[in-house]
Amino acid sequence: MMDNEAAAHKYQNILSPLTQAGRPFWLATIPLSLIVLWSFFAFCWQYYWGLGETGMGHPVSWAFYLVNFVFFIGISHAGTLISAILRITHAGWRTPITRAAEVVTVFALAAGPTNILFDLGRSIKFHWVALHANFISPLLWDFTCIMTYFITCVLFLYVLMIPDIALLRDRFPRRRWLYKPLSLGWTGTERQERILNRLSTFLCIAVIPVAVSVHTVVSWVFGMQTQPMWHSTIFGPYFVAGAIYSGIAVIILVAAILRKVYHLEDYLQPIHFNNLGLLLLTMTLLWFYFTLAEYLTTIYGSGEAEVAVFWAKFAGKYSILFWAMAFLCFVIPFLILALKRTRTILGTSIASASVLVGMWLERYLIVIPTLTEPRLPYARGSYVPSWVEWSMMAGLCAGFTLAIILFSKIFPVITLWEMEKEEKESRERTQR
Amino acid sequence: MYRWGMVIDLDKCTGCQACVVACRQENNIPIMGEKYANLGRAKFWINLIHEIKGTYPDVEMRFIPLPCMHCDKPPCTKVCPVAATYKNPEGIVAQVYPRCIGVRMCVSNCPYTVRYFNWYAPSWPEEYQRGLNPDVYPRRKGITEKCNFCIHRIRNAKMKAKKEGRMIREGEVIPACVQTCPSEALYFGDLNDPQSRVSKLSKSRRAFRLQEELGTEPKVFYLKEGEWDDG
Repeated sequence: MMDNEAAAHKYQNILSPLTQAGRPFWLATIPLSLIVLWSFFAFCWQYYWGLGETGMGHPVSWAFYLVNFVFFIGISHAGTLISAILRITHAGWRTPITRAAEVVTVFALAAGPTNILFDLGRSIKFHWVALHANFISPLLWDFTCIMTYFITCVLFLYVLMIPDIALLRDRFPRRRWLYKPLSLGWTGTERQERILNRLSTFLCIAVIPVAVSVHTVVSWVFGMQTQPMWHSTIFGPYFVAGAIYSGIAVIILVAAILRKVYHLEDYLQPIHFNNLGLLLLTMTLLWFYFTLAEYLTTIYGSGEAEVAVFWAKFAGKYSILFWAMAFLCFVIPFLILALKRTRTILGTSIASASVLVGMWLERYLIVIPTLTEPRLPYARGSYVPSWVEWSMMAGLCAGFTLAIILFSKIFPVITLWEMEKEEKESRERTQR
Repeated sequence: MYRWGMVIDLDKCTGCQACVVACRQENNIPIMGEKYANLGRAKFWINLIHEIKGTYPDVEMRFIPLPCMHCDKPPCTKVCPVAATYKNPEGIVAQVYPRCIGVRMCVSNCPYTVRYFNWYAPSWPEEYQRGLNPDVYPRRKGITEKCNFCIHRIRNAKMKAKKEGRMIREGEVIPACVQTCPSEALYFGDLNDPQSRVSKLSKSRRAFRLQEELGTEPKVFYLKEGEWDDG
């Protein structure tokens, strides 16, 4: 480890956001905070009057909140999972993006289950899920897996940040009250490094099955129900693939924005976006494959109830959304990412934004058409989200962004000690 | 042990909806009005479904009264994360209102879509207040409710029978819908008693159950419409 003064000087670009808060910071945080406050008002409104204030009704008993639940949990997948896989495979280019990815995971994972709180008829009794646990219910599996994943991800993020926190502790005396307890007395001794190494390897390996299990059980909330186009064996892997897909897209977007805002051009280089773009391309193809398999099997089997849902999506009242999804999730990203010429920072960012919207639509199209066209053909419904639901969604997105911004003001968004370590290793390699 | 079941003769049903009204009165189900009913906020513990097949002149119309099927293998009970719904020993799929937290997974997993959620706190016009049935448990907003074969009536009948040291007699207890049906299209009774009317009718050649292929084994049987003219 190099001494703190030198490190701080060298990584000035990464550390400067921690001390400076200019006009853009306030321009971003104040509106975002207002949106969060507004959504809090909307929640109180809904809590007081009842869920009738949403657009839901019989038989559409689940809607926006469940869509956002799946969407945010999906986003949470890329971060730690990608970070862990890249670490295990020793992909050298990963270092500058891992921290951002892990942060995205933790905050998305906090945002996802919040939707369940909104969705409950009696939100205040949420803890009964733990108190009166009925383990036959897929929701309990969800609860268990998400909690495990959340704890693992927070640990993962935190453990790999300890050396950086120690640096901050020495660097910013006025924030010692925060950094000192968090740094756990890290001084960079050989023993400490050995423990950190062992712990991070363990967490890397542990987090992968947990991450896969989380989105699998999220899919099973639908897959275990005998409803048309939900009751599908492909749902587990389909959801996991979709989750990683949307997650990578968010990482690319977050990395591109951080790079721009905090002037991290030296660290987040085109090569990183190129490689992430290639990962995204892989997931584009995988997503297409899964979607094709799912829909083709459904229509070929032509079960009466399934076909009703299928046509509602394919050519019925959801057809605009369906084809928008196909366009945003496959056509646009594929065209951009397949060509090396367009696999630039801007290109991958556009592709990611497209994927993100497309994947949200995908979740919408999984949850809602099945409920409006249930198995018994007599109960037919329609769904239009109300202002409450839009407010909650805006509040969640704003809260998520706000959390990342605030995080970047307290902790470095690029892992310093790993950058340093890597540089040292490569220097040694060239000397030999 | 009883095993309560219902038989609905579709030949006799005239589609008058008296069962729907009676159920509403008996179980204190609030009236939502047309606007909210269109938004899917109305509750029908028993609903009258009409189905029109074909176009003029080749039209076929039928009515289907649709209560909870009280499945022997209910898909709704197992998905509840807090075990707020269960099949009681007499085969009635019951909802424990104070336990329910309004997850609504039971609603979405019911293949017959006969579970209803309280989107708002129930309310009645002033004149109705005194007409509410004191025997049924009140429901608040944010929980799920459903047909329970008028379980309060069954409970009363059981207590009475126990006092007299006997089983409930055939026809001694019937839900409000069965009681009110003017064309006597609905039957209710103990399926475990081979001599009961429902037991016999459920074994009729005309008997069928909705979506039997799902393996939910409903305890509501329908009697098929007869052919008037074999032509």
